[in-house]
Amino acid sequence: MTAELLITSLQISTPELILAVGALALLMIGVFSGDKSAPTVTGLAAAIMIAAGLWLVFSPMQGEAWGGAFVLDSFSRFMKVIALIGSITAMIMTVGNARSEQLDRFEFPVLLTLATLGMMLLISANDLIALYLGLELMSLALYVVAAINRDSLRSTEAGLKYFVLGALSSGMLLYGMSLVYGFTGNTGFDNIAAVLTAETRSLGVVFGLVFILAGLAFKISAVPFHMWTPDVYEGAPTPVTAFFAAGPKVAAMAIFVRIVTDAFMPVFADWQQVVVFISIASMLLGSFAAIGQKNIKRLMAYSSIGHMGYALVGLASGSETGVSGVALYMLIYMVMTLGTFACIMSMRRKEGAALESVDDLAGLSSTNPFMAVVLTALMFSLAGIPPLAGFFAKYFVFVAAIEAKLYALAIIGVLSSVVGAYYYLRIVKVMWFDAANGEFARTAGELRLVFGISGLFVTAYVLFGGPIGLAAEAAAKAFF
Amino acid sequence: MTDWPILSTVTFLPLVGVVLLLLTREDGPHGRRNILNVSLWTTVVTFLVSLLIWIGFDNSNPGFQMVEKHQWLNTGIAYHLGVDGISMLFVILTTFLMPFCVLASWESVEKRIKEYMIAFLLLEVVMIGVFVSLDIVLFYVFFEATLIPMFVIIGVWGGKDRVYASYKFFLYTLLGSVLMMLAIMAMYWQAGTTDITELLKFGFPAGIQTWLWLACFAAFAVKMPMWPVHTWLPDAHVQAPTAGSVILAGVMLKLGGYGFIRFSLAMFPLASDYFAPFVFTLSVLAIIYTSLVAMMQDDIKKLIAYSSVAHMGYVTMGIFAANAQGVQGAIFQMLSHGIVSGALFLCVGVVYDRLHTREIAAYGGLVNNMPKYAVAFMVFTMANVGLPGTSGFVGEFLTIIGVFRANTWVALFAATGVILSASYALWLYRRVIFGALEKESLKGLLDLSTREKIILYPLVVLTIFFGVYPAPVFDATAASVDLLLNNYSAALQAAQKLALVVH
Repeated sequence: MTAELLITSLQISTPELILAVGALALLMIGVFSGDKSAPTVTGLAAAIMIAAGLWLVFSPMQGEAWGGAFVLDSFSRFMKVIALIGSITAMIMTVGNARSEQLDRFEFPVLLTLATLGMMLLISANDLIALYLGLELMSLALYVVAAINRDSLRSTEAGLKYFVLGALSSGMLLYGMSLVYGFTGNTGFDNIAAVLTAETRSLGVVFGLVFILAGLAFKISAVPFHMWTPDVYEGAPTPVTAFFAAGPKVAAMAIFVRIVTDAFMPVFADWQQVVVFISIASMLLGSFAAIGQKNIKRLMAYSSIGHMGYALVGLASGSETGVSGVALYMLIYMVMTLGTFACIMSMRRKEGAALESVDDLAGLSSTNPFMAVVLTALMFSLAGIPPLAGFFAKYFVFVAAIEAKLYALAIIGVLSSVVGAYYYLRIVKVMWFDAANGEFARTAGELRLVFGISGLFVTAYVLFGGPIGLAAEAAAKAFF
Repeated sequence: MTDWPILSTVTFLPLVGVVLLLLTREDGPHGRRNILNVSLWTTVVTFLVSLLIWIGFDNSNPGFQMVEKHQWLNTGIAYHLGVDGISMLFVILTTFLMPFCVLASWESVEKRIKEYMIAFLLLEVVMIGVFVSLDIVLFYVFFEATLIPMFVIIGVWGGKDRVYASYKFFLYTLLGSVLMMLAIMAMYWQAGTTDITELLKFGFPAGIQTWLWLACFAAFAVKMPMWPVHTWLPDAHVQAPTAGSVILAGVMLKLGGYGFIRFSLAMFPLASDYFAPFVFTLSVLAIIYTSLVAMMQDDIKKLIAYSSVAHMGYVTMGIFAANAQGVQGAIFQMLSHGIVSGALFLCVGVVYDRLHTREIAAYGGLVNNMPKYAVAFMVFTMANVGLPGTSGFVGEFLTIIGVFRANTWVALFAATGVILSASYALWLYRRVIFGALEKESLKGLLDLSTREKIILYPLVVLTIFFGVYPAPVFDATAASVDLLLNNYSAALQAAQKLALVVH
């Protein structure tokens, strides 16, 4: 590798370098100044992520780096910015309740920074090896974070469960990769695509493809690989759950999109049926299984399973419209989820006990009207009711599905969204129609800011969504 | 005047009221008074401004007028507004009914008056939006957005079973309209545009028309509501507060009828022709069956709700008769029903506010101590029956003529509905108003207060005025309806010619 190439590679991957160096520096600060440095480290970690994000937005560099293993194009830029925003927001949300959730350790922000670095590498991966490294960096950090409250049985159980199932999925992923490598002789996405175009596809490649998709479906928690989600969402401390629901989902979905549209486009028909199946299964399970949930974190877990199904509807069409729909969907979904989790984190009594039951929201419209209005908007948005942002997210993925003539998928999708509307309505009903049974403590300022902004986003998208939609379209152009 | 975006102004004017309400404090008698005044003035001003649309409307122009078009969301979806003869009067109907809703809630809504009024004003925005939008996605956004405020209105301020009713209302209508969303997308990929003016000219292939028609039918039939998907309506009506019932019956049901005319009939003529017998069957069933059901109700509101379903049967029948009398009659019937059924719900509200029951059996002999009320109620009951001289007659008569030209048998059965409607409406009137004033609880009831007179008398005047002189409505709608029907028969003839060539 010549010096020139090296410099270009470094420039293209500067945001990742900022995060990597920053994480190490933060670790040093933490180690030398002990646990009381946690707030400082958190602040610095956020600053590092913001710096990486700004670099990403304003640097004109684009292209492949590190011998083609790493790629920065419009799609990865778009997804990275979303993932960074998600991580930064989730980290800011932890500040207020850090002590009561036992998250006031300096390792926590360091691990989040490392996980974010893993997401960034994952989004930019253009090679099976790079994909695996990015995914593992992200996941290993997340396994620890899930169990960070080590005195809590639920939290450690969640961490262990996540780890065991995550390791299983990594194994499947690796197995698939080795098959694909064996049958195509390449690990780079572009080379795999070239080989698949030139030759008739062999059964081994299809096997490998299915295993890879299974491994990735674990990470985005799509049915039938969703089992860990409800338990981990419920068991992990709420700020951690919020983090899980934001960046990692975006990153895993991004690599899902990239690997099928970049490496496996020549075998479109083979992966399309898999994507259609997991999409339908996720939408249906997400809608029906959430109905009986009483714990709001568990409910959000099923909701996220359903939403991944909707996002995959766009991918199933395998078109530019579809991919831009997925990108937009992930953005809007992340904003809605973070807003909802900010509301969930605000559910605590004056004595400090955190609440997680849907029924604890009873009468919120009279005790805390602002939060009730925001949460109502978020719920209608998650249900996909216009004029809120969630409707436009669904609109663009279903437009792609109709274009690709996937009528059955589209019809099942919209019908399951009606079923899904039921449990979102239930939350609205509890807040507005039921009598209050106690007030919540004053909401922390940063949480109020987060759900305020996300409420504003879902309501104002109808007016100002144009540029965001254009950015998503530009992102999808990277593949087509 | 020509450049002034009058339709946007009317659509979004209630938002000014919403902002003012957000700035108003609710507590104390003065706070409540302020909120009521702000809401009333907002709705009255919106109505007055919307009259400018009618004044500026050119009756001889069959196309869309006062068009506004702007880029929106940068994805081919445009913010495109305009009215023609079919939609213009619905806008006026909406803005006209809103002040009555505010007045009807003056005393009856006790808790959270501020949120209540905000919900109503938002509802007004989206309802006007449905009628003025000329882009199908924009139309859909407004069409669906009506669910959110109405869900909250029924759920928070409704009666005993309000939760069940609001869920049923929301999920039923959502289920219908998501299928329309897919149809809208399919139309977009077929025609390459979401612009209604372009789609009206497009001419969809016959095979696809059937599917698109069915998907749109699912949405509009539920909204209308047609038998057998009408069951959400009685529940929603009974549980909703008075003003909510007025808006449901007065405007929201018309969204379905408007959709049938604008989309099903105009864009899918071949499918409309093919499915006309099916619609006739459902309409006749609705007219006869729901009239019979109405007769057996113990609850005044439920009775009126079922009678609404029956009256909407005339509308669907008239629309798919697809001739000038039928469509014009359907539009007139919708407008008239908007006023009459709205007024009937207001009448129920008057006695409900006094006695807090809607049981028919709890009333009787009100003519003795509430003569003015009895007169107003009688006018609306007669209009509901379709007595000549009231606005109800014109619409029913025309739709029956229209359908007579299309299918005599349907007209025969539909006409029996007139008799049935007379029996349930008159029986209701007799049980509530006539008879001896025996019940103790009724003896102390006072006649109409000033506020109630202000609500009911203008509606009485309008009901009789349009019954005697319906011309203003027909003048406005005639040109657009003619254009629509010419296009309709041209499309049918073209298809027939094609069929002949093939054979």
